[in-house]
Amino acid sequence: MAWSNRKNNVLPGFTPALGYTVFYLSLIVLIPLSALFFKTATLSWDDFLAAVSAPRVLASYRVTFGASLAAAVVNAFFGVLVAWVLVRYRFPGKKLIDALVDLPFALPTAVAGITLASIYSSNGWLGRYLEPSGIKIAFTPLGIVIAMIFIGLPFVVRTVQPVLEELDQEVEEAASCLGAGRWQTFRRVLLPTMLPAILTGFALAFARAVGEYGSIIFIAGNMPLVSEITPLLIITKLEQYDYAGATAISTVMLVVSFLMLLCINLLQKWSRRFAE
Amino acid sequence: MQVGRVLKKHNQRGGGSTSEPAWVRYLLVTVALIFLALFLLLPLAAVFAQALDKGWEAYLEALKEPDTLSAIRLTLTTAAVCVPLNLFFGIVASWAIAKFNFRGKSFLITLIDLPFSVSPVVSGLIYVLIFGLQGWLGPWLQDHDIKIIFAVPGIILATVFVTFPFVARELIPLMEAQGREEEEAALTLGASGLQTFFRVTFPNIKWGILYGVILCNARAMGEFGAVSVVSGHVRGSTNTIPLQVEILYNEYSYAAAFAVASLLALLALVTLAVKTAAEWKMQQTVTVSEKER
Repeated sequence: MAWSNRKNNVLPGFTPALGYTVFYLSLIVLIPLSALFFKTATLSWDDFLAAVSAPRVLASYRVTFGASLAAAVVNAFFGVLVAWVLVRYRFPGKKLIDALVDLPFALPTAVAGITLASIYSSNGWLGRYLEPSGIKIAFTPLGIVIAMIFIGLPFVVRTVQPVLEELDQEVEEAASCLGAGRWQTFRRVLLPTMLPAILTGFALAFARAVGEYGSIIFIAGNMPLVSEITPLLIITKLEQYDYAGATAISTVMLVVSFLMLLCINLLQKWSRRFAE
Repeated sequence: MQVGRVLKKHNQRGGGSTSEPAWVRYLLVTVALIFLALFLLLPLAAVFAQALDKGWEAYLEALKEPDTLSAIRLTLTTAAVCVPLNLFFGIVASWAIAKFNFRGKSFLITLIDLPFSVSPVVSGLIYVLIFGLQGWLGPWLQDHDIKIIFAVPGIILATVFVTFPFVARELIPLMEAQGREEEEAALTLGASGLQTFFRVTFPNIKWGILYGVILCNARAMGEFGAVSVVSGHVRGSTNTIPLQVEILYNEYSYAAAFAVASLLALLALVTLAVKTAAEWKMQQTVTVSEKER
């Protein structure tokens, strides 16, 4: 869309609208977020480093990022499968299931948390069958992964689905005419087309999982060094009035979120170029 | 993202060289359905099963608990303040961003999306750093006897932060896709700016607004992490529904915890239903306007 510049635009209200947007954005988002950096800046470098690299903190990074990575990988795989099935095949209840995929976005995290904890606990619906066979999920790092799979589930489905819907059938027909089998076509033609979307969904699911709190704390067991996630550690520090520690760790988390956001933006640019 | 999905929902394909053998199709559908049943349906069913574990009477009794009622009131109040604020912002921001061209536009969109990528715990913490006792404004607020952190205003502020982008991010792509010819025509024919907005723009975006509002509302009522940091957890005064669920659960009153949680699960189901309907309506509007062109 080649829009002319603002001078030729007859629509009113640009200056007040943009002014209010920037004002409200600064008031609610930018100034409060900058408070975190200003507060961190009052710490000395050594204190900051000590706060963000204490053994318990390092262990919480390992748990958080490790579990997020595992959950995002599972979601990438099943997300592509679900998106594929929803776009390509017909089966009863498909519309309902399509709508239900967004449940993790709509269900409050605390509700998801207590529900997952009760399902996977030793007398829960699934826990009672899994535990005798030696698989303990609730109150272990595995429980954290399960909660993260739940909250990240819609991301890959919803990024891959539109790409699959847009795909031209001709490309697949061409591949088939040239002698490719179905699997070959999928691997060589369809998968590369979906790849930017899959990676975007993967990154979104990962970013969401890293910051997640509510759905995890109930199922995690929260043992320091073993199953304690970083957001919980921030809250623990706050409750002990260790504001400096909480602030320093939060800054690390915030910087990670910014980096993830940057990655996601670049990935989306890449997938748009792919689409053209 | 949403508009793209709505615009391009058409091609259903037939069999032949571009489909898989029947057994592969059945296998894939089965695996996908088992995965979704385990991760979506089972938790959903578990909420209601556990809530009614001790029967209807215990269920209703748990909901009539004074602390629970006050939590419901606080959650409704919070949503009633947050949603209109972010709705107004969303409409104003998308007007500026979608109908005009200016430098730094995509950077501004990134900034608006920022709250989505910040951990809820960090979202709560930043307000503690400003309004808390050790924060920037803490001493001044204490001198004037104003309580923000560990009180209702803090809960509202944190909720406004986490629900900030919802309406704007739905409306920006929708209004961009609609262009501005219709508004220009209305203005040329002598309509005022506000008339143009309410008579021309609004009918085109009303389903998008509903979509954004319903998601914003769901998050406002269900937010846990950010609110948990600023609330102080005082029963009967600064507990929202999700925090009440946590307290009951930690006290091992599981049936009561799930009874209260079932309210939020119902809200989630209503949200999904309205969202799906709004998506369907948006799709219709887009198809109609495409036909007219």
